[in-house]
Formats: sequence, C-alpha cells, structure tokens
Amino acid sequence: MKGRDVKLWDLYLSFFRIGGLTFGGGYAMLPMLQREVITKHGWVTEEEVLDIYAIGQCTPGIIAVNTATMIGYRKRGIPGAIVATLGEVSPSLIIISLLATVLLHVQDMIWVQRAFGGIRVAVCALITQSVITLAKKSLIDVPTILLYLAVVISTFFFALSPILIVLFAIFFGLCVQAVKRRAS
Amino acid sequence: MIYLQLFWEFFKIGLFSIGGGLATLPFLYALAETHPHWLAAKQIADMIAVSESTPGPIGINMATFAGYQAAGLAGGLIATLGEITPSVIIIIFIARFLGRFDKNLYVKDAFYALRPAVVGLISYAGLMLLSATVFPDQGFKLKEAVLYAVLVVLVLRFKKVHPLLWIVLGASAGLLFVLPS
Repeated sequence: MKGRDVKLWDLYLSFFRIGGLTFGGGYAMLPMLQREVITKHGWVTEEEVLDIYAIGQCTPGIIAVNTATMIGYRKRGIPGAIVATLGEVSPSLIIISLLATVLLHVQDMIWVQRAFGGIRVAVCALITQSVITLAKKSLIDVPTILLYLAVVISTFFFALSPILIVLFAIFFGLCVQAVKRRAS
Repeated sequence: MIYLQLFWEFFKIGLFSIGGGLATLPFLYALAETHPHWLAAKQIADMIAVSESTPGPIGINMATFAGYQAAGLAGGLIATLGEITPSVIIIIFIARFLGRFDKNLYVKDAFYALRPAVVGLISYAGLMLLSATVFPDQGFKLKEAVLYAVLVVLVLRFKKVHPLLWIVLGASAGLLFVLPS
C-alpha cells in the first residue's frame, strides 16, 4: 500500500480539523475535506474525493463519518479507518458535551426559555426548507410521490417504525424499477 | 445496563438512517417514545438547534447530545460510538470487496425509493416538531404560528444564509415577543 508512510496521528488531526471546522452536514464539509486531504497532504485526488463522497451518501450512517472512514481505510487500512473516524467525531463530543452541561444548568432561567421558544420555531422553518429542497430532487414521478405520502401518513398518524419504512422503501424501489425495465 | 442499551439503540440509528444528519430525527422521536426517561420529544427541537449551530456533523452532534441527556458524559460518548460503528464496518466491507458501490444497479434502484422515503421521514419529524410548537396539547399558539410563517418565507427567500443566523433570529424573536406564548 503506497500510503504506508501516512501517520495515524496525522489522519486523526486532519479529520479532527475537518470535523471541528465544518458547520452543518452534507456538502458543507467538501471545501474543508478538499483542503485537508488533497491540497495539504495529497492523500487522495480530487476525483477520488468526489467518488468517496458519492459512496458515503448511499451507505447507511452519517455521510461525513462514512467519508472519513473510507479515506482512513485507503491510507492505513482498518486502524486508519478507525482513527480518521474518531478524529471526525472528537470535536462534536467535546463541544456538545460542554454545551449540554451549560444548557442543563441554565434551562430553567426565564430568558433561556424564551430564547428557546423562538429557536424552536426557527428550527421548524429550517426543517421545512430542507424538506422542500430534498422533495424537489427526490419526488420525481407518480410512484415516488405516492411513496412519500404513504410514509408521512403512516409515521405521523400510525407511528410506524422508521426502520420498517427504510426496509420497505428498498423493496419498493427494487420492484418498481424492475417493473419499469420489463415494460420498456 | 444503560450503556449497552444506549450503544445498541444508536447502533440501530447508524445502521438505518440513510442520507445524513436530519435522517436520524425520526429515529430520535421513536427513541423518545420507547425510552422516555432518556430524552423527551420536546427536547429534540433544542437538540437540533444546538447541533445546527455548532461545528461537526449534525447527526453526530445530536447523538452526543441525546446520549448526554440519557446518561451524562459517558452516555454521549457511547451513543456516538454506537452510531458510527455500523458506518465503520460497512464502509470497510465496501472498500475491501465492492468498489464503486454507488454505481451498482440495485443500489440505484433502491435509492430511487429510499430518497422520497427519507424525505417523508424528515417531513414526519418536522410535523412532530411543528405540532409540538404551534399546537401543543390540542391548543393553538398564534404568536408561534405567525413567527413560523414569517421565518419560512424568509428562509426560502434567502437560501444561502447560514442556519445559525436563523437560530439567532428565532432566539431574538422569542425574547422580544415573550415566547412560548
């Protein structure tokens, strides 16, 4: 493996910086990722990063974590995968633990409650935005629109387990596409 | 043994949430239902706000926060480790044996339906959140409803603005208009 000389500690530090300096998920991490693993270290090529990111998007779990694991694995095998992933999540562990401690101490203060009363509404608006953006890209024909409605109704009104929904969607996708191919 | 349970519950979240941070939300709501002493459904909105306004992947931030709520510092660590374990196993497997997994025909077929299903699951989480905020306990909160309508218009109009700004704006509105009403 040509990456033998990549130090585990360097992998940890690079992904620690990526995790600690990326706000938000998804595409927000790409600029930081490119800076660390392409420009600074030359561990992977621009093309490889995009391929790895694409694979990370269609595997279960958090995309940023999947990407870190894949790059770590390519450079230093299983230890590299584990070290890069731990680097990616370390800043979250530190920052969120600190914030959660503070929040638990101040949450009964009246002004904190008021602030969070407004913040909750803002979060509703942000999720509405995400749903609209994602829906434009994924509700592309009649079967996908019907599936979407079925999922919303079965979870909101009948509390169906999200795990069942995911398993059913995989089955549904394979069937619909198979039928489409046979028809054409 | 709470740590083992936490690890297992977040292992399942890591395994079944496909498509990034917000996709873990419906699982957190399910968790609040099965383990109400770990986290309350109404805390989830605060967790999202904190996770969106701090660095790091949102899904990991929420896992750490939920684990912390359930069992303190060690809980946050265990929940996060649980959530990333399936990723590490699956990615190593793919890197070793499957290559360009995303180009596989069956994977593409599955994602044709997984994408709308995940949007449906996120919509469900959004509806849970909205009903808890605007229609708590069968009531109706006018101030929240108006603020929501105004913010949705603004957020959709100015898409490039960082979420943190909307959260700060929400907090200011909460202080100014004395929420929750």
